[in-house]
Amino acid sequence: MSKMVAFAAIQGAYNIVSKAEGIYKRALEQYGPEKKLEFPNTAYYLPIIYSLLGIPIKTIGDAKKAMDVARRLLPPHVKNFNHLPYLGPLLDSGMAAIFAEEVVEAIRYIDDPDFYYTSEVCDPESGKIWLGAAEDTVFRKRGVEFVDGSAPGFAAIVGAAPSPEIAKLIAEEYQRRNLYVFMCANQAGTTFSEQLIEAGVQIGWNTRLVPFGPDISAAVFALGFANRAAMAFGGVRPGDYKKMLIYNKDRIFAFVNALGEVNAEWAANAAGCVNWGFPTIADTDIPEILPTGVCTYEHVVANVKHEEMVQRSVEVRGLKTVVTKVDVPVSYGAAFEGERIRKDDLFVEMGGGKTQATELVEMADMDAIEDNKITVIGPSLADLGEKGGRLPLGIFVQVAGRKMQPDFEPILERQIHHLINYAQGVMHIGQRDIAWIRMGRPAVDKGFELKHIGQILHDMFHKDFGSILDKVQVTLFTDKAEVDKMTEKARAMYKARDSRVENMTDEAVETYYSCTLCQSFAPSHVCVVSPERTGLCGAYNWMDCKASFEINPTGPNQPIEKGECLDPKLGQWKGCNDFVFKASRQKVSHYNFYSMIYDPMTTCGCCECIAAMLPGCNGIMTVHRDYTGETPCGMKFTTLAGVMGGGASSPGFVGHSKYNIIQRKYVAGDGGLLRMVWMPKSLKEELREGLERRGKELGVPDLIDKIADETVGTDEASVMEYLQKVGHPAISMDPIVG
Amino acid sequence: MSADEIKVKAEAKEAKKANPKEVTIDIATTQMLQKAQADGCETIFDRAVTMKPCNIGEQGTCCKICAQGPCRLPLTKKQAEGSDDRKGLCGATPETIAARNFVRMIAAGTAAHSDHGRGVTEVFLAAARKETNDYQIKDTEKLLEIAPDFGVPTTVLVDGVEQPRDIYEIAVEVGEAAMAQWGQQHGELPLFKRAPEPRYELWKKLGVIPRGIDLSDGWAGAMTATDLQDVLFGTPYPIQGEINLGVLKEDHVNIIVHGHEPLLSEMIVVAAQSPEMIDYAKTKGAKGIVLAGMCCTANEILVRHGMPIAGNYLQQELAIVTGALDAMVVDVQCIMENLANVAKCYHTKIITTNPRCMIESGETTHIEFDEHHALEDGMKIVKAAVDNFPNRKPGAQMIPSAKEKMVVGFSYEAINYHLGGTFRGSFVPLNDNIINGRIRGVAGVVGCNNARSVHDSAHLTLIKELIKNDVIVLTTGCSAMTCGKFGLLTPESAKVYCGPGLAEVCETVGIPPVLHMGSCVDNTRILMAATQVVKAGGLGKDLSDLPAAGAAPEWMSEKAIAIGQYFVASGVYTVFGGTLPVTGAPKFQKHLFEEMEDMYGGKWDLIMDPYEMAAKMIAHIDKKRKALGLDKAKERVLMDMADRQKLDAA
Repeated sequence: MSKMVAFAAIQGAYNIVSKAEGIYKRALEQYGPEKKLEFPNTAYYLPIIYSLLGIPIKTIGDAKKAMDVARRLLPPHVKNFNHLPYLGPLLDSGMAAIFAEEVVEAIRYIDDPDFYYTSEVCDPESGKIWLGAAEDTVFRKRGVEFVDGSAPGFAAIVGAAPSPEIAKLIAEEYQRRNLYVFMCANQAGTTFSEQLIEAGVQIGWNTRLVPFGPDISAAVFALGFANRAAMAFGGVRPGDYKKMLIYNKDRIFAFVNALGEVNAEWAANAAGCVNWGFPTIADTDIPEILPTGVCTYEHVVANVKHEEMVQRSVEVRGLKTVVTKVDVPVSYGAAFEGERIRKDDLFVEMGGGKTQATELVEMADMDAIEDNKITVIGPSLADLGEKGGRLPLGIFVQVAGRKMQPDFEPILERQIHHLINYAQGVMHIGQRDIAWIRMGRPAVDKGFELKHIGQILHDMFHKDFGSILDKVQVTLFTDKAEVDKMTEKARAMYKARDSRVENMTDEAVETYYSCTLCQSFAPSHVCVVSPERTGLCGAYNWMDCKASFEINPTGPNQPIEKGECLDPKLGQWKGCNDFVFKASRQKVSHYNFYSMIYDPMTTCGCCECIAAMLPGCNGIMTVHRDYTGETPCGMKFTTLAGVMGGGASSPGFVGHSKYNIIQRKYVAGDGGLLRMVWMPKSLKEELREGLERRGKELGVPDLIDKIADETVGTDEASVMEYLQKVGHPAISMDPIVG
Repeated sequence: MSADEIKVKAEAKEAKKANPKEVTIDIATTQMLQKAQADGCETIFDRAVTMKPCNIGEQGTCCKICAQGPCRLPLTKKQAEGSDDRKGLCGATPETIAARNFVRMIAAGTAAHSDHGRGVTEVFLAAARKETNDYQIKDTEKLLEIAPDFGVPTTVLVDGVEQPRDIYEIAVEVGEAAMAQWGQQHGELPLFKRAPEPRYELWKKLGVIPRGIDLSDGWAGAMTATDLQDVLFGTPYPIQGEINLGVLKEDHVNIIVHGHEPLLSEMIVVAAQSPEMIDYAKTKGAKGIVLAGMCCTANEILVRHGMPIAGNYLQQELAIVTGALDAMVVDVQCIMENLANVAKCYHTKIITTNPRCMIESGETTHIEFDEHHALEDGMKIVKAAVDNFPNRKPGAQMIPSAKEKMVVGFSYEAINYHLGGTFRGSFVPLNDNIINGRIRGVAGVVGCNNARSVHDSAHLTLIKELIKNDVIVLTTGCSAMTCGKFGLLTPESAKVYCGPGLAEVCETVGIPPVLHMGSCVDNTRILMAATQVVKAGGLGKDLSDLPAAGAAPEWMSEKAIAIGQYFVASGVYTVFGGTLPVTGAPKFQKHLFEEMEDMYGGKWDLIMDPYEMAAKMIAHIDKKRKALGLDKAKERVLMDMADRQKLDAA
């Protein structure tokens, strides 16, 4: 009966808001109104309040407005007879509770700065379990997975399972379906997160099992994550609450699992979640709300058995999830990608400096190979004995198919990293001849063998690339001599490939590719990828797009005849303009590929880097999303992304990939890489080799050293001082504007 | 004359009175009718027994529009079978006559609503111009919502920055724009654009959008009245109330406001609740003041203030029969002249307040309403009632115990809110549950009581039948009061009377299965709610696509004909009960009952039996569901990434 839910939830909301008011009053007296109130290292202030009410809370004093809204939203209690309608008031009370809780959680960061562990992964040994609000770097990285669909949604698990084993059962089923699990609240002191630790499951962002906090109020971190995604990637404006919530309902496939007894405060939170279109699926006998409307399907479903919890939940949310079926004896899915192999669990290590490990994908003739033939040449795991040890490894994958091309070899090869990583208990780092694989004892105990690496590659290549290949044969070398021989061959191939890619130019092709992969999140954004301008998310270069089109001709990557060149310097083509106009739903009529100053390409929230003009330095700067500090343009990455994201073309700014910086056409219309006067140090280091090469090509071999970074300063004046000192080429170039 | 003969004759005379148990299904009405008869006081129920309706007028074929008639052309059996050569003096056929009479009824009914709207607009303008202290612009949110529809901007550019305009400045312009609709000579009226676009285009194509308000009701006069009343007095939101004669209290001063316009009654509410008047009542020996309503005035103060309702149209005389009513204050429309005669039997003071409706019979007091001194008038009226309290006749008092609780006040704004709260309010959940079949469709059941049919019976039977079949009912006017009296406006009634689907939705939202949307003028709220449903999507593009139907099973006023016609023209299948003055003109009747559907997608119908009425309305709803492809169960769609990428840009 909904009436009982309404009755309880409204009561719960009163409790939550009243308690929050007490905490707020105490904090105001204790710290004063000027004290900074925030979730550290995050943009968007307190994101739920900011996104829905448009109130940017920066200090304790600012939070008063949100607390007032929460109080005002509390409806009258539901009377027993001849009561007034309660659905609207129920949803309002839930919202009141969530606004109040967000303020409470922010105050917790002041009261107890160490309560939440600032990290992507937990450290249960030191008792550091609770992660709280995702830092922006984590949020950007993980948010992109929601955008590109590699994470179809999240389950917010509230409470605790009856036993650690059941907790593990549920969590791993979500992992197999690639969903994130956001965990909060406790059941008489027991938490789902701690149950997972007890059951030996790794938790943290890396395994998609995210322990937000032990209290119900930590639910705000899950909802806040969703709203941040809508602002960062979906371009929803703060304060546009209707659009924000509908966006969540339609595009963010989240739901709540209430495990154990549901109290009034949980009910209030569940009611809050319904505003987002996130239903609650419970394992106890609570009153159900089945008619649809605010959520896509049911609102509250009760009495669900634990073994059916995951399947029922995704159905109630209207989500299709796919369990990747790979013929290996361990669980397999994206959620296991970030899992680490602890030293104590390590059974075998291949590569990583101590032994050689090399990977190669090569196209073969149809008749030359046999599909699903997996051969291990050399010692097997059994030969390592009980204790395990080290092996050299060569992974040689031969593929054949009528639509296969040599250009697709590196694309397939790049998949090896995550495909192997998806196996539970197997870790993969690096690529090519610096690969590094670790297998844990639990995986080996379950029967995982070397040949299963081949099995994974065979099964997954067929699944993901079935339309271009027909046969996959894998040979795994563990014999040192064989590995060395293969490595030698591989190195020669890498070199040939690299020079081919490097020599590819925009002029040499007539076809560019669109990328609308992220349109499920950023509906008006459309990337056009050319050989010398890779996608700004860093995920797709021109060749990837080409392959993707071959694989899925109606997919997000479509060929664009670039057509008549309208501006060779700034990089504008008629065919591209026409396409962009249509694909952006008439929002963008044209843009330039090689300029950030004149009608630059649109930027979505998933870009790896954002470049900004520094007029005082006659140059530009760029910042990548892993850098959380200040920059000379006066904005951090997150602020820039907030201003730019959502498919806007913003003169003076442009989003781009890291790799694009060392491509020849990088802002070529504005003077190119020689304009670069500031980059974060870590980005410089990451691109060192490329920057040095490009510097040489441009006649300034020490360009990398002339580019300032945060150790020089984060304001234009100190950057300028440095540029003059080192004689940076930008200061003597033509004025950047005009 | 023998004793037996005398007895027979006396019984025959006795039989010319109404049987209180047969003419109504409402216990309070029965009790008061018995009392009236015992007190020797004649009521409408008795006259309905002694006086039969004119069978030619009933057929719509009496023409008295010139001095050469009246020409009376009843339809005989012979004519009905083929050789119909009836003509008036001028040659007018019965079809022409019935059509003209029908149109004249629509015109008169419309005039009543437009006059109401004009009265409201005058008060609104006085308030906007701050010419009166008694009225304010109360609901600024609604003002801002309607202003653009009247072509009034709500923001202004100051140094290139968009700033909100002064509320009263907006109000004056809205008031002026609203007023300009009366007597407008060119173009089209602004509110017609509120309808779904295909409907507006259809009207345009048919050339039926009025250029001036004077004779245009639904999307003009009545809608203006509702809009501006909401801004002046507040948009209704669900509120608890009570209904039936049992709301009167023996030891209190009892005042009933009766009629249609909330302008004065709003002030009487203030006056009756003022400590000054309550204290004054105490000096006269009363414990307090009960202010109750009757007819649409009652609905207006009920939905905004939760003031009790004494009863619907056919109970107006009976409120006086309680002997406990100290004053009945009337404004306009649906006021029986006989009130003054009934009052003579008791002590009740009948106070008229509007020059359009003064009473010739009996003794009445006239206190004319003037918006510039409204509160003063209100105080004067309440004082007169209090002064009358000591005049109650000893032994003549009997207040029925019957009264029922209810939840009322479902403006479309309120429905919107209650289906999703402050942040997610929308009509989508309603549409969704219509689409998934929990709710089969929507019916508007409205209108009057009619002394020619059993009081309240047809309303109740029809509505129970509809909700039993999962059709949610929107109601106004006297129909709404019937529902109130029989408990259908309580949320608890959903479980008792509804089909399982509708019951589940009612339980989810916490609403009764029958939603009280206000007075008869507020039928425009039903139009707006239907428009919201169309806009929320999934149920077609036009009002005529909706699985919906309308009915007025106990209609009596020509205003009902006006309302019926604007519903038909808006695309709604509209069924009237009892009688319709077109039955003597078969071709014209066919035009209304069949041909109009080809023009508007809506049509008229006349059905006596409420069960059959329900069946035909449900059949119509099912026809529309089928056209929308909703006759088959909808499958659950599980979305994958590719589906999500296909989502339209938000």
